[in-house]
This record gives sequence, C-alpha cells and structure tokens, in this order.
Amino acid sequence: MSKMHVKMMVNGKEVEGLAEPRTLLIHFLRENQQLTGPHIGCDTGHCGACTVDMDGKSIKSCMTFVGQSNGKSVTTIEGIAHPDGTLHALQEAFRQHHGLQCGFCTPGMITRAHRLLQENPAPTEEEVRYGISGNLCRCTGYQNIVKAIMVAADMLNAQEAAE
Amino acid sequence: MIPGSFDYHRPQSVSEAVGMLAEMGEDAIIVAGGHSLIPMMKLRMALPEHLIDIQDIADIKGITVSGRDVTIGAMVTQAELIASEEIYSVCPILRETALQIADPQIRNVGTVGGNVANGDPGNDMPALMQALDATFLLAGSTGGREVKAREFYQSAFFTAREEGEILTALKFTAPPAGHGHSYMKQKRKIGDYATAAAAVILTLNGGAVETASIALTNVADTPLYAEQAAAALVGSSLDDASIKTAINAAKAITDPALDGRGPKEFRTHIAGIMVERAIRAAAANAA
Amino acid sequence: MNEQTPLSREERVKNLKGIGSERKRVEDARFTQGKGNYVDDINLPGMLFGDFVRSPYGHARIISIDKEAALAVPGVVAVLTAEDLKPLNLHYMPTLAGDVQAVLADEKVLFQNQEVAFVIAEDRYIAADAVELVEVDYEELPALTDAFRALDEDAPLLREDIKDKMEGAHGPRKHHNHIFLWEEGDKDGAEKALSDAEVVAEELITYQRVHPCPLETCGCVASMDKINGKLTIWGTFQAPHAVRTVASLITNIAEHNIRIVSPDIGGGFGNKVGVYPGYICAAVASIVTGVPVKWVEDRMENLTSTAFARDYHMTGKIAATKDGKITGLWCHVLADHGAFDACADPTKFPAGFFHIVTGSYDIPVAYVGVDGVYTNKAPGGVAYRCSFRVTEAAYLIERMIEILAHKLDMDPVELRMKNFIRKDQFPYQSALGWEYDSGDYHTAMEKGMAAVEYDALRREQAENRAAFDRGETRKLMGIGTAFFTEIVGAGPVKNCDILGLGMFDSCEIRIHPTGSAIARLGTISQGQGHATTFAQILATEIGIPAEDITLEEGDTDTAPYGLGTYGSRSTPVAGAATAMAGRKIRAKAQMIAAYLLEVHEGDLEWDVDRFQIKGNPEAHKTMKELAFASYNQAIPGLEPGLEAVSYYDPPNMTYPFGAYFCVLDVDVDTGEVDIRRFYALDDCGTRINPMIIEGQVHGGLTEALAIAMGQHITYDEGGNVHGGSLMDFYLPTAVETPVWETDFTTTPSPHHPIGAKGVGESPNVGGVPAFSNAVHDAFAHKGLTHTQMPHDHWRVWQTAQKLGLTA
Repeated sequence: MSKMHVKMMVNGKEVEGLAEPRTLLIHFLRENQQLTGPHIGCDTGHCGACTVDMDGKSIKSCMTFVGQSNGKSVTTIEGIAHPDGTLHALQEAFRQHHGLQCGFCTPGMITRAHRLLQENPAPTEEEVRYGISGNLCRCTGYQNIVKAIMVAADMLNAQEAAE
Repeated sequence: MIPGSFDYHRPQSVSEAVGMLAEMGEDAIIVAGGHSLIPMMKLRMALPEHLIDIQDIADIKGITVSGRDVTIGAMVTQAELIASEEIYSVCPILRETALQIADPQIRNVGTVGGNVANGDPGNDMPALMQALDATFLLAGSTGGREVKAREFYQSAFFTAREEGEILTALKFTAPPAGHGHSYMKQKRKIGDYATAAAAVILTLNGGAVETASIALTNVADTPLYAEQAAAALVGSSLDDASIKTAINAAKAITDPALDGRGPKEFRTHIAGIMVERAIRAAAANAA
Repeated sequence: MNEQTPLSREERVKNLKGIGSERKRVEDARFTQGKGNYVDDINLPGMLFGDFVRSPYGHARIISIDKEAALAVPGVVAVLTAEDLKPLNLHYMPTLAGDVQAVLADEKVLFQNQEVAFVIAEDRYIAADAVELVEVDYEELPALTDAFRALDEDAPLLREDIKDKMEGAHGPRKHHNHIFLWEEGDKDGAEKALSDAEVVAEELITYQRVHPCPLETCGCVASMDKINGKLTIWGTFQAPHAVRTVASLITNIAEHNIRIVSPDIGGGFGNKVGVYPGYICAAVASIVTGVPVKWVEDRMENLTSTAFARDYHMTGKIAATKDGKITGLWCHVLADHGAFDACADPTKFPAGFFHIVTGSYDIPVAYVGVDGVYTNKAPGGVAYRCSFRVTEAAYLIERMIEILAHKLDMDPVELRMKNFIRKDQFPYQSALGWEYDSGDYHTAMEKGMAAVEYDALRREQAENRAAFDRGETRKLMGIGTAFFTEIVGAGPVKNCDILGLGMFDSCEIRIHPTGSAIARLGTISQGQGHATTFAQILATEIGIPAEDITLEEGDTDTAPYGLGTYGSRSTPVAGAATAMAGRKIRAKAQMIAAYLLEVHEGDLEWDVDRFQIKGNPEAHKTMKELAFASYNQAIPGLEPGLEAVSYYDPPNMTYPFGAYFCVLDVDVDTGEVDIRRFYALDDCGTRINPMIIEGQVHGGLTEALAIAMGQHITYDEGGNVHGGSLMDFYLPTAVETPVWETDFTTTPSPHHPIGAKGVGESPNVGGVPAFSNAVHDAFAHKGLTHTQMPHDHWRVWQTAQKLGLTA
C-alpha cells in the first residue's frame, strides 16, 4: 500500500513523515514520533488513554487516522509541562494528591484535564467527573484525580489573579 | 485492532465528494467524525478501499437559525451543537440529548450528520430527529433530495440513503416557544448506548396537550416514532390514564435486540418508564 | 542543611519520611510527564512484531492450517503453529496449577479466541493483515460452557491430551472434565452440626466470571542475543524471577543466561502473574530469528484469553442456634477453571486460600470441598485482587451471615458481633487450619457503626419502607455490611510455593560512602508505589532519609530472588525482608559506632538516625557518618563496606480485616442503584504510607463496585464469549464512582517485623459483599434471600418484579 505525506504540528514543532493512510494517529505519535506518553488501553475507543489535544479539543487518537490530522496542531502529555521544563500545575497537583498509581491512564487524563480547565476554569466536582468521563482509570477510583484537578484549577486561577 | 488498507481522499466540495462516490462505488465509505466508522474498521467489520474524509467541505458545516427554522450542517459536531446558544434558545432538547451522547472526546469529533446517517439503532439523534419531524438533505450524482427522518430508517444500518449519496444537512422547524421537552435515557453507565430512551416534545394550551411527539431509541432495529403514543396525549390534561395509554402504545411497538443490557421484556419495560418520565419532565418545563 | 543548629528529635524523624509519613511518590515525576517505560514503549533495532490467529470456535478440531497466503505478504517473516513448536517441546507449557496449557492449539481448540498460530512480521500492521490470511479449517464440536454439566456422563470430552490421566496434580480425577477435589476441615463434624442445628440456612451463591482488566494489556519484548547466548525478555510480569526459572526449565537455556525485566507495568491485579502463549511465542521467534520480537495483545484478546477471575458456584450451609450462635459451616464449590487449569495458586492449594471462609467468625467446625472442572472457556481463575480465592470465600461467608440473619429475623450487624472471634482469642486457630495472627473486630465494627450512625440508618430505612408501602416513593433503601478477615502474605516456605519455588521474599541494601543507599527487592510494583514506600521502611530502620534511598525492582540480573507482587504479599514478605536487612545494616553500624566511640556495643542506643552512648547523647555517630566510616576505617573483625541482604521466610500469613458499610437506594422501576455512601474501615496493621493505603482502598472499592454492579464475562451454548470488550465489560467512569470514605484501626501483626499486614486486596475482598449485601438488604423485608450478581439494572428490576413490587 502506498504511503501518504503526513504533516502536522506536534507539541509546537512541525513534523513530517510518510505513513500508510490507515495509520492511527496514536501509532504515528508513539512509533513515528517516539512520543510514548499517550497509551493504548482498549480497541473500541472507550478508555481514553490515547487522549491528545488537537486544534484545541480533546480527542481520542486511537480513533483518528493520520490523514484526518494532517495540517492540525497536536499536543501530547510531553507538551504539557512549561517550555522551561517546570511542571504544569496539573502535574504538580497529581503528585501532591496521589492522583495516579500505575501511571498508564495518567498522560491521557492530564491532557484531558488540561483542556477541561481551559474550557471551564472553575469546575465543580460534578463537572470534573463528567468532564473526565471519557478517561478510565483502574487504580485510583478517581477520587484523588478529581481532587488533583480541583486543586490545579485553584492554583491556576490564583496565578491568573496574581498576574 | 488494525484496520485494513485504504486510499485516503479529502474532497473540498460536495460535488467532488459525490463524484468520488460515483467513481469508487461500494469500495468507498464516507468518514465524518469517524467515531462510529473507525471502530468498525479497526474490527475489520468495515473494509473500505477508499475513505472519503468530508471534513474540509465548507457547505456541510455550520448552524443556521432563522426564526424557528433550524438547519444543521452534517459536519456539525455534538460539541458544537451543545455550545450553540442559538439552537438552545429555540430548541433546547438538542443540547439535552447531545450531552448524553458518549463522552467529551467523542463529542468533540462525532457529528450530528454521522449520528443520524449511519443507521445504528443505538444512536440518539435519529429518534430526536423523528420527534422533531426533521428532514434530511441528501446530495447525489443526480442532484439533491430530501427525506423525512420519519421515513429514513429501514433496519439496522440500512437507511433510505442510496449508495452514492451524502447527507449534507438536516433541517426542522423548532416547536413553538414554551414547548415542553425531554430526552430521557437510561444507560448502564454514562456514555453508553441507551438501554432505552425516549424523546418527548409537547405543547400545552390551557392545561391540555395541544401537540405531542414521542420517539424511542434503541428498542428496535431502527428509531421508533411513536405516533399512537403521542396521539393518546393530545387533548388530554396529562392525566394518569392518558399517560398510561401513551406508555402502553409506545411499549407495544418496541422490539428490542437481545444484548448485555437485559432481556427484551426489560428493555420494553424501560422504554415505558422513559416515556413516562419524559412526559412528566416535558410537562414540567412547558410554559 | 545547617549542621550547626541541631535538629530536634521530631524534626529528625520528620526528615526521614519513614513509616507513617505521607511521603509523595518518587514515581510520579516520570508518569506525569509521559516518561514511563512500559513494554509497548520499548523499541529495539530490528524488532519484529507478533500477532495471533485465534479460534472463532469454543470447541473444534483443527483439520488443517494453511500459511501460504500469510507468508506471501511482504514483511511477514514466519508463521508459527503447534507443529513448529513440537520439536522444541513448547507446544504445551506447564501451568502454575500443575496442568499443561497449549501454547498454540494442537489438533483441537478448547475456547473461543484460543491461540492457533503466531504471525511474525516487520510491523504490527503487516502482522494484522497476515493474521487475516492464515486459513484454518475447523470441524466444530459441541461446546461445554455450563459448569454444572461438566461432570455429566455424556458431557463432551474436552482434554484429549490428558484423557488417560486419571491422577491429576492434586489427586484423583473422577471424570474426564474433572480436575481435582480439594477438601479441608471436618466433613462429618460439619454435617453433624447441620443435622443437630436448630436453624440451618442454605444457599447456592455464584460469584460470576469477571476479569481484572488492567489498563495496560499483557505483552513482552523478547530479545535473543545469539552471539552471547543470552535471552532477555521485558514483559508485564508480576513475578519476574519465577518467570526466569520457568523460562530456563522449558527452553533449556541456563538460568544465568536469561534476564527478565519487568519495566513499568500499567496495572496488574493478578492478570500478569502467569505465563501466556504470547510470551513463549515471542521468545521462540526471537531465538529463531535472532532479533527482538514484540508481542502486545489488544483489549479483546486480554479480556477473552488471559487470566479471568472467580467463576465459583458455592453452596453454603450454616448451622446456628435459634439465638444466633453459629455452630458449623459446610461449603461446596463447583469451580469453573476453563479449558486448562492455569490458576495462579501456590502449588499445594488448588483452591487457593478459600478455606479462610469461616471469615471473622468463631465457628467451631467447618468443611470445605472444591471440585474443579474443565469447560470450553479461557483458562485462569485466580486474579483480580482475590488474595487466592479469598474474595470468593469472603463473599460466601458475608452473604451467608446476612441470609442467616434474615432467617433468624436478627440485625445482621448484631449477628456478626455475636459470632466475632474475640480479641482475647488471638492468635486464633480456625476450624479450617489457619492461625489468625491478630484482630480486634469488635472495636473496628463499633467504630464503623458510630461513623455511619448505623442505628439512625436503620431508623431511616424503616421510614423509607413504610413510605414505599404507602406509595410515596418508588425507591428502597439498602444498608450493606461486610466484615471481612482476609489472608495474605504468601507465605511460609513449608507450605507455600509457586512451582516448587518457596514463597519467601528478599531485600538487598547497599549503603554508599556518602550516606545514601540503593535497595533492591524481589517484588515488582504495578502501581502500588514500592519505590516510595519500601524506602520509608528502610528510612525508619536505618536512619537514612527515604529521599536518599533508591529502590529498584524487576530486573532479575540485579534484584535478589523473590516471588513477585500479587496476593498483597509485598508488605508482609518483602517488607519484612526489608526491615530485617535494615536491621542487619544497623547491627553492623552499631559495631562500627562502638569502635569509633571506643565503647562496648551494649553501651550504645539507637535514636532515629544515630547511635549514641547511653546517658551521653552528645556522643553519637549518625548513620551517615557510620556509612563513610565503613569505607574508610580498618576495623578489626569487620569487613569494609555496609551492605546486607535478607531472604525472609514468613512464619505465618497475615490477616488484615475491615468493616465496610454501604448505603444505597434502589429504583424498583428501573433497577438503577444509587450509591449514597460507602464507608470503609481497614485494619492492615502498621500503616507505612497512609496516602498510598487510601489510594489502594479507593481503587479496590472501585473494582468491587464494578464487579458487584455490572461486570460479567459469559459464554453461550455455542461457546461464544460475551462481554469481552469495553463496549460491554463494565468499567465505571468518574461519574458512576462514588466518593469513598476511608477509616482505619491499627492492630499490628505480632509476627511481622514492623507489624504490617498488607492492604492492596482488602477493598475488593470486602467491597463486593458490602455492595451486594446492600442490594439484598433493600429487598430483604420483602422476602429476598439471595439473588445472583452482578446487580445490574435488569437483574435488580427482575428481583423487584418477582417480589411483586413493580407496577
């Protein structure tokens, strides 16, 4: 099968490559771009471990072909920390509040939370739970994840207020 | 979980897309958001040789509200639908329904057009469109045509859309201001397909039901427009007896599939409960 | 740090971040930045990818396999079948339960999705294409998927490979589909207790087949270095050393030439203990081709072919006086093991520790009999935080207690309290042979009851029931209790082994000259935070801050031999080894300190992080100073350096316990269940890191919620598996998951060096009965005795319907 030209922004950098049209975006990111942060946890688009941010929206990269992503801008967990290497408030909050155990859902979860807080900077607990309903976790029971996201929201809003 | 190979195409216009379909025939499938199609492709239950991605076509995007006339482009995503204040102000049941579909990531990509066009009995929009008496606009090589939502669904994954046609938009006239509305959906967990769901739209006049429209999701191999059920409400004061008649009429037309959600008897029973609760909720928010 | 201002003792303890500290996790830095290293992240030059052709049938003969078309696909390197593995004697592999399991189906297939051929290709996309092109011709056979029919005279013969073996690994086999009969206790005594009893409650209680479903599926990268003759396998292994030993035995590659590495693992829950065909096929492929071969299964493969959990049909009979004193317990289990007995149990226990089934109660006589049978289903059975069948046992006894309470018209909490083992009875010898180490059940139960205001809940329930009968509400309130005692920490070598490898565990520590340290264990974390918590144990033992201790696991080339992490054994066994190794370090450090301070060892006392002269604390040497001294001083009679290793053989298991309460409301018209409140009190002995314990409880309770309320993998009469994808396999999201309230009491284990018992599995053990009892309790006043899990909407509605409660 002939390959197609793929060109998109990934974590702020322009990337180009050749890939079969049927290549799933998750595989392009993990194997072609060696960004192994987003993970594969299921076959049917239910678990959200593959979540990335594309053109300002949380999407499931296991259900997207590279062709569909051409010309777009993708952010993975590897692009969430600040350019100077300091951790994003979410990453700090997840660590402070035990929002992860095995870490497998974490990249997708944080990437989703990152967008969620941009869509809704001061969510209620119910809104957080609904907002992450596309991301499954088997280890934490979600409680500390929700706590971490709420704390991060407070941290970001305080930073914003200070500026 | 690896799909079969295909050639990928991104037409820039409806006519280009239609032309591709004509040329490639049954070897081609249209992809809109892809969140129904791509899972099928990953299971190799769909094996197109050509995938036609219609995301660039400007004409099939966008929401137009003119008075109470609403037109929704096929590529409008569930997220865009939810965000539309225009639509919400004339027809809030659309947001109410879309919020109950799948999850945030899928709503960002899944389209209204895809949800109504693929004929999956589990999808929520089809019943809603039937309740709204919406019309689907199709474009094919011989031109455009319109098909009523109430006449569009034939059986699971079989619709009135001909091979070679694309659904470009849907339109409907929103019910009058002050209408009551509810999309009541029972599911095993958030984002799941319905165990049973009911869309109810009604208008009241002096305490009596003037118009009513009821449709059901996932309790047959197509959405069900429950005409008799709605008729039982019209003229009534939503007394218990009329509601009961409506519920029974709705249940009578169900023929649910057998799956993990429970035995047929249970699904039909839940359809009845959803109809009842939707009627009461619609009555409560009707002016 | 300013050495001039001496820190207070309190500050010194705090700086250590030792036992009891809510130390933040060292693992999180990499996980939150997407820098974890899981199996599928591994990418080696020349690496090939393997994928399976799987059987569409539950029971069939293989007539022929045609690889031609698959081999013709560009990029396909090989297609392995049983025929290719036979010369290596690898077409079957030994299981942990004394059976054999087909690596690639030989002549017949025994469960839907069983592995039939292994395609090796240049990338996973090509492999997937080639899988579709392998043509297998089958002759379908009648499938046996009803365990209750497995021992029928006319039941189909499944295991032709062992059909003449009437002696299995656990004793005689009474039928071609019979695996073992395992018995414990006093059968005659129990039967007499039943016949003499004033009251007997009897019930068939099924614990349905479910699956641990860790978010990361199973997989490995096998890499044979043909020049050095060394085989390295990175994989999702909860027991890397055991895998190495087994790999050596079956491949005949010497064990020192095999290196097994468990990198980061995305959840185990018992799914990653055993050896799967994918590991063997990848290893063989690498040995043959000389390049690395990766195999990673997808979710449906994981759910339908790897270690499932439960599938126990349990008949319980409980004898009691009419005042509610239990006089005997009799249990029989029909255990559905699937097509091969691949249960990950210690060798001598084919039904695991099911005989903990007397639970928290002082039952004078008891009997357990378990008949294991084969069916046309995927193999496994022991997984999913079960502590080796303890989840099943706890479910049985906690349901039987409620059923008995119902029969006696007694409050179920009161009935429990009446029959609890008393604090003064510990160590307690159970009627089924276990010596429970410690417990204080009454205190825990009373604490829990006070926290949830139990009496007020019962009053509220009475009002709700009256309102329901008056037609004012369609919801019924349920209050579910579970008071579990479980058994973990396998285990004493004299009776606990995995394939002959005693279930000790180990810790090896080396202190560096400048006072920091590295420790390695024989266990392997899959999210439990060992790198964080075991350093805490050491910090307290040797007075070096946890921050200065690197903790490693999982590489068999460097880690001391251990039996891995499952069955909540890490803290009880490796945690003990860690403490003991730490004490050896401290003992040597004491000798160095005595030398440096020119006193006798006996004149020194240990204080947090230093040895000081008794009565003269100003004269001290910190562990940091002693570390350097060990490299720097020539001390008569002492070797230089400061390191120690401990291999710990526990004297007993440990017995965590807990009191869980669940309050829920059932909508009788929809069958929906709304969890209003869940309170979990756990006693795991000494609490090393309360934050991590709480996290374990949250996670386990969420698994319990899923099991009780919706998970089920089923097989129909045709042998087809259902519920094998996330479309239907119930995994709750953050929306369905309630807020968990956690609490604790602390009853240390008297035999454990730091009194810790382990906690990882308790929430699943106690959670499922708490949820299930709550659902039952909602209907108890209407006559419900028992209804089978899962308590999904349609079953709950059917219960309501049968009781005449629905409109």
